[in-house]
Amino acid sequence: MNSIEPSSTLMMLQDYWWIIISVLGGILVFLLFVQGGQSMLLNNRGAETTNILIKAMGRKWELTFTTLVTFGGAMFASFPLFYSTSFGGAFWLWILILFSFIIQAVSYEYRDKAGNLFGTRVYDIFLFINGCFGCILLGVAVAMFFFGGEFTVERLNLVSASTPVISTWAPTHGFEAIFCWKNLVLGVAVLFLARTLAGLYIMNVSSISDDLFNYFKSRLIINAGIFLVFFLAFVAILLTTTGYTVTSATPLGTSVEVTPYKYFHNLISNPATLVCFLVGVVLVLIGIIRTILAKHYTGGIWWTGFGTFLTVMALFWLAGFNNTPFLPSTLDPASSLSIRNASSSEFTLKCMSYVSILIPFVAGYICYVWRSIDKNKVTANSDSSDDRH
Amino acid sequence: MDNLITTVDWSRWQFAMTAIYHWLFVPLTLGLSVIVAIMETISYRKKSAEWLRITKFWMTLLAINFAIGVATGIILEFEFGTNWSNYSWFVGDIFGAPLAIEGILAFFMEATFGAVMFFGWGKVSERFHLASTWLTAIGASISALWILVANSWMQYPVGMEFDPAQMRNVMDDFWALFSPVAINKFFHAVLSGWALAGAFVIAVSSYFLWKGSNREFAIRSIKVGAWTGLAGLLLTMYTGDGSAVEVTKTQPMKLAAMEGLYEGHAPQSLVAVGVVNPDKKWNNDEPEYLFDISLPYGLSILARHDYNAFVPGIKNIIEGVDVNEAGDTIYTVSYAERIARGKTAQEALKNYGIAMEQHDTVAMNKALTALEADYPYFGYGYFNNVEEAIPPVALTFYSFRVMVILGSFFLLFFIACLVWVYKSEDTFSKARWMQLISMIALPLMYLCSQSGWIVAEVGRQPWTVQDLLPVGAAISNIPSSSVIVTFWMFAVIFTLLLIAEVGIMVHWINKGVKQSL
Repeated sequence: MNSIEPSSTLMMLQDYWWIIISVLGGILVFLLFVQGGQSMLLNNRGAETTNILIKAMGRKWELTFTTLVTFGGAMFASFPLFYSTSFGGAFWLWILILFSFIIQAVSYEYRDKAGNLFGTRVYDIFLFINGCFGCILLGVAVAMFFFGGEFTVERLNLVSASTPVISTWAPTHGFEAIFCWKNLVLGVAVLFLARTLAGLYIMNVSSISDDLFNYFKSRLIINAGIFLVFFLAFVAILLTTTGYTVTSATPLGTSVEVTPYKYFHNLISNPATLVCFLVGVVLVLIGIIRTILAKHYTGGIWWTGFGTFLTVMALFWLAGFNNTPFLPSTLDPASSLSIRNASSSEFTLKCMSYVSILIPFVAGYICYVWRSIDKNKVTANSDSSDDRH
Repeated sequence: MDNLITTVDWSRWQFAMTAIYHWLFVPLTLGLSVIVAIMETISYRKKSAEWLRITKFWMTLLAINFAIGVATGIILEFEFGTNWSNYSWFVGDIFGAPLAIEGILAFFMEATFGAVMFFGWGKVSERFHLASTWLTAIGASISALWILVANSWMQYPVGMEFDPAQMRNVMDDFWALFSPVAINKFFHAVLSGWALAGAFVIAVSSYFLWKGSNREFAIRSIKVGAWTGLAGLLLTMYTGDGSAVEVTKTQPMKLAAMEGLYEGHAPQSLVAVGVVNPDKKWNNDEPEYLFDISLPYGLSILARHDYNAFVPGIKNIIEGVDVNEAGDTIYTVSYAERIARGKTAQEALKNYGIAMEQHDTVAMNKALTALEADYPYFGYGYFNNVEEAIPPVALTFYSFRVMVILGSFFLLFFIACLVWVYKSEDTFSKARWMQLISMIALPLMYLCSQSGWIVAEVGRQPWTVQDLLPVGAAISNIPSSSVIVTFWMFAVIFTLLLIAEVGIMVHWINKGVKQSL
């Protein structure tokens, strides 16, 4: 049976795994361009636009899906108390996210196949639902890292005869998070960021007419504009929000104190976070602006995509570092989850860290395959099953 | 929490339903990906356009099945958090790691190279495409490895210690996760997928023969399918035998339920066919079976590889009675004592927590000593009587027999297919009764496959983690109404998607029948 005091090695591993989670989060939000593309499916521009969207996104949907699953698995392995508290507590938020991804998983494969029961239109609606609600709900879930949830954690409940459950959430079980306007601001920002990325991605990978290129460009202006409004609103809310600072986090209990402008302090007190955030935002803007201003610039996805990755990573660092609980409890601040009190043991984190050494190798073959598949430009003329046969 | 039992029951139903749907698709992916890789290898080596067409035909069926397997799989992973949150905390330190490793090492491999396999024709070199097909198949198996390691750990929790300060279990030996239980389960489950896929290929190919279409395509497919199926089934049987031995050691109650055995003997016969007595309780004198045909010495050999060995029944286990190799009666810990000691362990843990809050080191050490003595029985403390620790006997008993009987049938079936098709392709392709049997065999193979999992999962009830955490204590604090809604949500969508999948497959197969492959 273990000792109580956390070691410095454990704390280093906790930091390391929060960085891994941040990296996965950044990659996931970048890959949400797939969902962004799906959210543009129900347009009135006819088969050519739909074909391009389906063929471009259909080559990449598994990566987004896999990253989401890996993000969940990594969260489970490294911060199981978060997995336990958030998933079991904000039940409906996560269930709706999952539901939207179930209907996505089959849609690309089934939509144009004979005998698919519903017809192509329904599968396109499935993709649209995943595109819109998947993005918004994932944004809401990330926003909870800052604005928290109504929950308590009492580990002694484990031996309670009547209700042996350690985490208890508000009776609305996640609906309160979905309808919290501050969470929704980030949710909407994520949706329009995904649409922005989708437009940039299509311009990059497809061989399309000038008319269609200009259509996606005009969408880009609208999507990027809405994204910026909501993103700036979120940043303003975030930097003026009162948060918690963890003053003590051991198995004996967690103590927190209320800190005005908590996330602003986090931003300016950690140069790496500040640089990452600012560089990320600038890169996002460069990608968008260059694409809008140039006549036929197709490289915007890489600027904006990398910028998205950096920005999201910085947001995770804002949420978890500098003695900040990454899932604050608005009901009982002492129940708030931080990377110190919610993590796995030193041994498990160490084992997982050895495995994480392979991540660059995994990233390497993903990049190689991505390039191999994308060297042939997507066109709207062939039907999507031609990819296979 | 409005109604704990209802929430627990509905969460169990939901998990069972999701797992059953998931296992409709996964074994086909595991096996068909290997079959497709073999076919593509033949095509590559022989530079054969015919084999390439055969490969692409089966690959399309694989793609249709692959998508829905992914859809059902994501729910299983996240249900541990949404519906079993206590479990996620209590053993997340150990259980989470295999899931994360699966994502990092296997799922990306499967998804990335799967994209090349499905979409890369003509975009990458033939060699790279072939490598991708194999890597997809390997990725699927590695993915299954980590999931089955995690599942096995729940049935045989090793490589961990309890941390009373955190009130959870923590890992202390990663490699212990690869226990004989896990290794047997991995090969047993994955190779059963080969057998299922073999039956699938033979059934579909037989439909072609039935329709008098693409004879050469069908015969070639049947040969690959039957060889893969036979290899998979033989190895499944071998590892099944290993699993039975491990179950005897680690989950004797499950073995007793599989056999419907209440009072063991030395030697112990094996019921080949039987009907369990629904009125039989562990502590009454009703007969165990209403009818049975038993094989003398069978269970002794199966469970302990010793024709004269004693195998304890449910009553023996509850009373803590066993017989050692020398034939002497020995007393283990009875279930009544386990429950008492489990409650003592829980009380000690509670005292430890209170003492910790009060910074009372003396009281903490005292509670810790008491906890350590009785922790192996911690989970039994959630029960109030011994009957709560008995799994559903009838379902486990019948499922085991369905699995074994159908498994034996398929051994003969694959051998018959191979012998006949190599002896005379012509008579084989004209034997309509054999084609009919082949098509009827497919749903039986699915039944066989599902029965295996029912034995494994129903037989280990009421535990989520053997001896440590029963299902009733693994739950999330959510109202039963929420779980009922999500149960039906998933039931409806999975059923519709299954109908869609079958519809698409049938259309694709019929399209193949009507054209030259």
